[in-house]
Amino acid sequence: METLNLNLNSKAETSARELEMYFGPQHLGMVGNFSITLKVEGDRILKAVANPGYLHRGFEKLMEYRTWIQNFPLVCRINVVEPDHIEMIYAMAVEKLAQLEVPQRAHFVRSIYLELARVQSHLFGLWAYANMLGFDTVAQWAMYHRDLVLDLFEELTGGRVYHIYIWPGGVRRDFPAGFKDKIVNTLHSIGGCVPDYDSTFFKNRLFYERAKGIGKLTQQQAKQWGATGQALRATGMAYDIRKVEPYAAYDKVDWDVPVRRDGDAYSRVWVIRDEMIESVHMIFKLLDAMPEGPVYNRVPNPFKWKIPKGEAYVRCESSRGELGLYLVSNGGDKPYRVHFRTPSYPHGLIILEELLKNASIADVGNIMISLYVVAPEIDR
Amino acid sequence: MKEKTTKKKGSILSPFKAVNFLFKKPRTLRYPFEPKEPAMRYRGFHLNDWAKCTGCGNCADICPNEAIEMVQIPELESKPAEGIKNERPKLDYGRCCFCGLCVDICPPASLRLSRDYFHIHFDTNTFTFIPKDENSDKELFLGSGDYSILKASLSHRKENYEGFSSDLDYALFEPERVPMPQVGPEERKLSFIEQVIGYNKEEANAEASRCLECKLCEQACPAHLKISDYIKAIYEEKPDESLKKIFEDNPIPSICGRICMKHCETACSLSIRGEALAIRWLKRFVADSIKDYKTALELRAAEPTGRKVAVIGAGPSGLSLAYFLTLKGHKVVVFDSLPGGGGTMRTGPPIYRLPLEAIDKDVNYIASLGVEFRFNTTVGKDVLFEDILKEYDAVHLGIGTTQSRSTKVKNIDKACLALPFLQANKIGSPPSVGKEIIVIGGGNVAMDVAREALRLQHIQYPGQDVITKTVSLEDWDQLPATHDEIEEAKAESVQFNPGWGPEEVKVENDKIKGLVCKKVKSVFDEQGRFSPTFYEEKQILLNGDMIIEAIGQAPDFSFLPKELLEKLRFTPARKVEVDANGMTSIPGMFAGGDIVNVNLDAVTAIADAKLAAAGIDRMLSTR
Repeated sequence: METLNLNLNSKAETSARELEMYFGPQHLGMVGNFSITLKVEGDRILKAVANPGYLHRGFEKLMEYRTWIQNFPLVCRINVVEPDHIEMIYAMAVEKLAQLEVPQRAHFVRSIYLELARVQSHLFGLWAYANMLGFDTVAQWAMYHRDLVLDLFEELTGGRVYHIYIWPGGVRRDFPAGFKDKIVNTLHSIGGCVPDYDSTFFKNRLFYERAKGIGKLTQQQAKQWGATGQALRATGMAYDIRKVEPYAAYDKVDWDVPVRRDGDAYSRVWVIRDEMIESVHMIFKLLDAMPEGPVYNRVPNPFKWKIPKGEAYVRCESSRGELGLYLVSNGGDKPYRVHFRTPSYPHGLIILEELLKNASIADVGNIMISLYVVAPEIDR
Repeated sequence: MKEKTTKKKGSILSPFKAVNFLFKKPRTLRYPFEPKEPAMRYRGFHLNDWAKCTGCGNCADICPNEAIEMVQIPELESKPAEGIKNERPKLDYGRCCFCGLCVDICPPASLRLSRDYFHIHFDTNTFTFIPKDENSDKELFLGSGDYSILKASLSHRKENYEGFSSDLDYALFEPERVPMPQVGPEERKLSFIEQVIGYNKEEANAEASRCLECKLCEQACPAHLKISDYIKAIYEEKPDESLKKIFEDNPIPSICGRICMKHCETACSLSIRGEALAIRWLKRFVADSIKDYKTALELRAAEPTGRKVAVIGAGPSGLSLAYFLTLKGHKVVVFDSLPGGGGTMRTGPPIYRLPLEAIDKDVNYIASLGVEFRFNTTVGKDVLFEDILKEYDAVHLGIGTTQSRSTKVKNIDKACLALPFLQANKIGSPPSVGKEIIVIGGGNVAMDVAREALRLQHIQYPGQDVITKTVSLEDWDQLPATHDEIEEAKAESVQFNPGWGPEEVKVENDKIKGLVCKKVKSVFDEQGRFSPTFYEEKQILLNGDMIIEAIGQAPDFSFLPKELLEKLRFTPARKVEVDANGMTSIPGMFAGGDIVNVNLDAVTAIADAKLAAAGIDRMLSTR
């Protein structure tokens, strides 16, 4: 096919044994609107080219045409799997530019909410990963438990997936009555299943055999190629924005950064598991330490709100790594320029292509999902 | 991680523990037979309480997806004075993202989101719809008996199913106004110091930033000032721009910024759940912050047309008319018996509310445009009305109500009248007052009189016990004075006796001893007409050594020649009848202000003047 040659460095004398094939966008092992063009020889991948663009919606441009408050319901849609951290960095950037104060309680509510989002997102990731490896039972469990967290979100924000909750100045509503207990109960019921998850998945010999040594990334490579999140922490580096540059209430309680050393798919998935457990513990601590008080400082009238000229870069630790936002205001009522730094971008376009070299076709999904590539983040 | 390798790798048998789950009840719900209730804050389809909705359109303005369109509902009545439009939001669910910004901006909290989210239909047109709620449409919203989840749609909804709704703490508008700095009651009642200090630049900017630009106020304003625009200009720190916008419709902002009856603020959408935008004080801020109108406005009269217009009365309607016609190039001469401009504004509103400098600022600017003022000239005495009628192409009457009405009870000739009292105090020499003053009346003029009398008492009897009391037919809930006036008078320790009617003035040795009053049964009859009835046997004596009557004013047409007065037609409410051009029943004679409208305030007089100015200009340019 002619078009394929655009993606691959076509050599004059292509070996007859080599074959070009598409992995996605319609493929059972593919999660999301994404595709990888593979050049294979037998079962061995010689070269992989990631093809983003199936989900380009032009958010960054669109945001330049909407007022500061109108952008708030928009940003979450950049990433369906985990909209919350995008809401968070947008609020952080606007607060930084407009010099808005956020009430103390709102910081705690934000942290609790973001950790719930991380658990939810990891459970979704676990569904994708387990499903892809054929552990359907575990996948079903993860999806069910994610739904329990979505119930919490629905109760708190009125939406299950797009919560539209963290806005500049704080959060949109305080906890409803009895919500603390609901969080604790839900997390206990999910946490009670960790032994089941362990015995069927994480400590299952089949998973070990399938994931160990696959997609191995050294710490050197990880740093060089811009890996963050579990991809970096699985190589032994305890790098987490929540620790490095604490935001919300992450410096108010004690917590650990889970780390593994081997840098392969197995380590990455274990980091995800440990992180979920750590998040749950952190939520309990945050709930105990949470002060009373208001959760929102009113922003200026949305029809007249202009933000002083300036630029800001803010970042936070999303469930997949460093999520950044560069926001420029020229003193107007709309952003002048918006740019997101999403973790899936280096993971899905650079690291994935490198790790797929010499991998087998059966491991493409394995590597991709263990890197936690979420296509909408790349395209935006 | 110092585990044995085999343990680390895990057992191959351990997954079989999952077999246990085969014998457990499934976790999934068999929807719709096992329904799941959405959360209390669920953001589903819209609900709109039509009785509360004002049609302000803020929801349509904030919607990030332009999913809301305001549509006119002809069945509904528009009530501009109350700030109600007959428009209601129409939703397009092809665009709506259920973010709920419309809910958080809705000033009356009529727009909410419900907890239902099902709509399945072959006809795509059904996805755009005008939301209502169970109060506005009973048929659409069904009780639990009639409702079925299997039929759920936009035309089959559950009643009392409100989800995400407005909360004032999280509203996108600021419900509280920037407090206006004022001189406290204990201090201000001792002198005639101006009570309201006025916003400074920061305060004005903060207050202006609250405006939602829904323009309900512009509908309510009799003169239809471009309020939203001039407030925005204040917010953008362009006072010159703001003044230009004001002067398009109102040439006396310094006066109106102090004493306007602010119909706009009654209509302000923020006033429904919070405090109305301080539109009047913002206008005052602009007028006060610009020292010289002329350089700021850069207005110039048009080429002279050679036409001459006489304006009788330099009150708000006369001043405005003179301004509008001068800009059109007509020569305007204003006659007034007072030594300065302003009419009732000059004699009525107390100095602590409207100082003379504020009036002169507006009048001087209008004079600087080329208007000729003939003060100290009483029409009918110094110059005859017949002569004016002959000499000028058009005549405007803006004579106002200059005669105080009297209760005409026994011995009332010993009492004073409100208007002479106010006038003497403002531009003459302050009258001597008693130590215990009774003011008859419950309107704004009565409040002015009582509060002025109190100040004079404090000035004339410093340090002594003095009392000023009002007595009015109307009870607390019917008092015609504005709420602010009553509260401020109370704070200055003016006493109130609402619900009592004067019976006779008690006189001993030719001196006032007090006022005998009888209890009021009702003030208005069944048709709502003024017709007080009393309990004749329930009487009290209010002690006092001075009585001032402030029960209303009437116009004085004595300057008009008899044959003209006979031709002048009046409305049933005893107002001068004018047509759509502001012209009276006598050709060439126009009228405006308190003799024409029932509002009896400055801004309505300006509205009359705008109408008459357009009418006169049309008449003069076609003739």
